[in-house]
Amino acid sequence: MIYVTRRAEFSASHYYHNPSFTPEENRRVFGKCNNPLGHGHNYTVEVTVGGEIDPTTGMVLDLKELKILLEQEVIQLMDHKFLNKEVPVFAEKNPTTENIAVEIWSLLAPKLAHGKLHRIRVYETSDLYVDYYGE
Amino acid sequence: MVYLTRRYRFSAGHRLHNDDLSAEENRRVYGKCNNPNGHGHNYLLEVTVAGSIDPATGMVLDLVALDGIVAERVIDKLDHKNLNLDVENFRTQVPTTENLCLEIYKLLRTPLEQVGAERGLQLDRVRLEETSLNSFACAPEHAGRKKGMV
Repeated sequence: MIYVTRRAEFSASHYYHNPSFTPEENRRVFGKCNNPLGHGHNYTVEVTVGGEIDPTTGMVLDLKELKILLEQEVIQLMDHKFLNKEVPVFAEKNPTTENIAVEIWSLLAPKLAHGKLHRIRVYETSDLYVDYYGE
Repeated sequence: MVYLTRRYRFSAGHRLHNDDLSAEENRRVYGKCNNPNGHGHNYLLEVTVAGSIDPATGMVLDLVALDGIVAERVIDKLDHKNLNLDVENFRTQVPTTENLCLEIYKLLRTPLEQVGAERGLQLDRVRLEETSLNSFACAPEHAGRKKGMV
């Protein structure tokens, strides 16, 4: 099994809020991330696909396919957006790095034509990232 | 199961030396790291916790809690210290990055797993870079960890 990783970047804003919490609870739990006007990050997504090398091409998959899939399914959806307001799945749950990683997995897993999705890694900053392996 | 990793930095001095070895053996085994006056590194620490996402917050663990525990248990004890002289456990063991990595894992495991007990949080991995060219990881297997995943 060989693992191929492709990176993509997007920039987006978000804030954390739970409508069933009181304003005080929201401020206590989410701190400065609770600012309702939002704040932003430059996110980096790493998509890792595992598979066998095709002997005729020497490749696990065509990286261009993966690049286009990432662009269509993730970057167009999230880049330069206010995640809470413009990405429907985050209308009901917080766009935390954890939830973003799980969401990107569910967007990409059914559409990969070759190989098996192994890991989604999302960096919110260079010092904070989340890994999701699909379970 | 989601794996959340946070990076931290600290700087410390050390000397690799084993009293049970002769001076010549120490020089042969540890090379320039055996310099009696010691030397220092900027360490980069990665702490990974594994757990389920709390549906009320969307988080595996509150980062303020994680930062607080790492600061209190690790950074305050190690940053700008002489590891051999200032850190109790390294008076009797050599402060290699391997030993330091294990030591940090032991310092963090209980407080992190206590703070995340409701959600079954586990300390998944501690990874330590001594320089940008070498790193060590301590990742014991646990219920959620896939075999061989480092």
